[in-house]
Amino acid sequence: MAVIEKIPASGLIEKFPGGGIVLTTGESVLKWSKASSLWPLTFGLACCAFEMIAAGASRFDIDRFGAGVFRASPRQCDVMIVAGTICIKMGDCMKRLYAQMPEPKYVIAMGNCAVSGGIFYHDTYSVVKGTESLGIPVDVHIPGCPPRPENLLFGLMKLQEKIRNEKRGR
Amino acid sequence: MKNVAADSPEKQIEIPREALPETARRLVSEGFDNLHCITAVDKKDDIELIYTFYSMDKHACVTVKTRLPLDDLNIESLANLRRSADWLEREVYDLFGVKFLNHPNLKRILNPDDWDVHPLRKDFSSPDLIKKPKS
Ligand code: SF4
Repeated sequence: MAVIEKIPASGLIEKFPGGGIVLTTGESVLKWSKASSLWPLTFGLACCAFEMIAAGASRFDIDRFGAGVFRASPRQCDVMIVAGTICIKMGDCMKRLYAQMPEPKYVIAMGNCAVSGGIFYHDTYSVVKGTESLGIPVDVHIPGCPPRPENLLFGLMKLQEKIRNEKRGR
Repeated sequence: MKNVAADSPEKQIEIPREALPETARRLVSEGFDNLHCITAVDKKDDIELIYTFYSMDKHACVTVKTRLPLDDLNIESLANLRRSADWLEREVYDLFGVKFLNHPNLKRILNPDDWDVHPLRKDFSSPDLIKKPKS
């Protein structure tokens, strides 16, 4: 039972008094499993991607949060971590990749560039001013240039929180 | 070759554009066979092309400069002499609109193919460009 208390979703799970059985709703288990196995798309655009790679490696170990399985195909992913500067040419590819991801899908905009264009906001001809200007909805914005891996992990936890608190029928 | 400043570590030559193929050929035959940079500067009235040749044996650079008036941006390509010129010339074409005659594959290298503007020109403007406010 002590294990169950450590599960982040344990608020959603009820202990059966005196027994080894747990009672819960299908939906809360579904949400809990959705939040605990966010598979990101292998997708880095610029310098921020290195922080994402560092977050994936052993020191920061994004696997602790169940999000370490970087998939090479958008069809197998749950979350797109937009890590870096979006160029106009890349914008079209991004829209296609987002469309290819199966529902439910989430987007983390990592770094100032992905949030708003960042240092490339003024006087640049080739940079898209943020993920949302492409029409891709963003769930979590992580500011920073670049954000540290801890910030990415924090953003990931915020996304998990959001998924756990989701109302039915997203 | 004139205008070679003998005491500067980097030799610099300014030539008219007709002399470029011949100058390049002579530089290559004298050992400056690594054409490692082609770039351009918009000087408002004309565009200055800058070619950098390097010699591995001599450990020396020669910079060749030539100017093209804005209304006639054509110059002979060096892609048949040095393969490295191929992509470098495509980049200059993409960003400045200089046409390289007899280039094997002169099309845009970085920007979207359907653009008809050349973004590093001083007169470039686009509705998407957000100007930095003067502080
Ligand atoms: S936010 Fe900074 S670190 Fe991240 S991609 Fe942009 S310029 Fe690079």
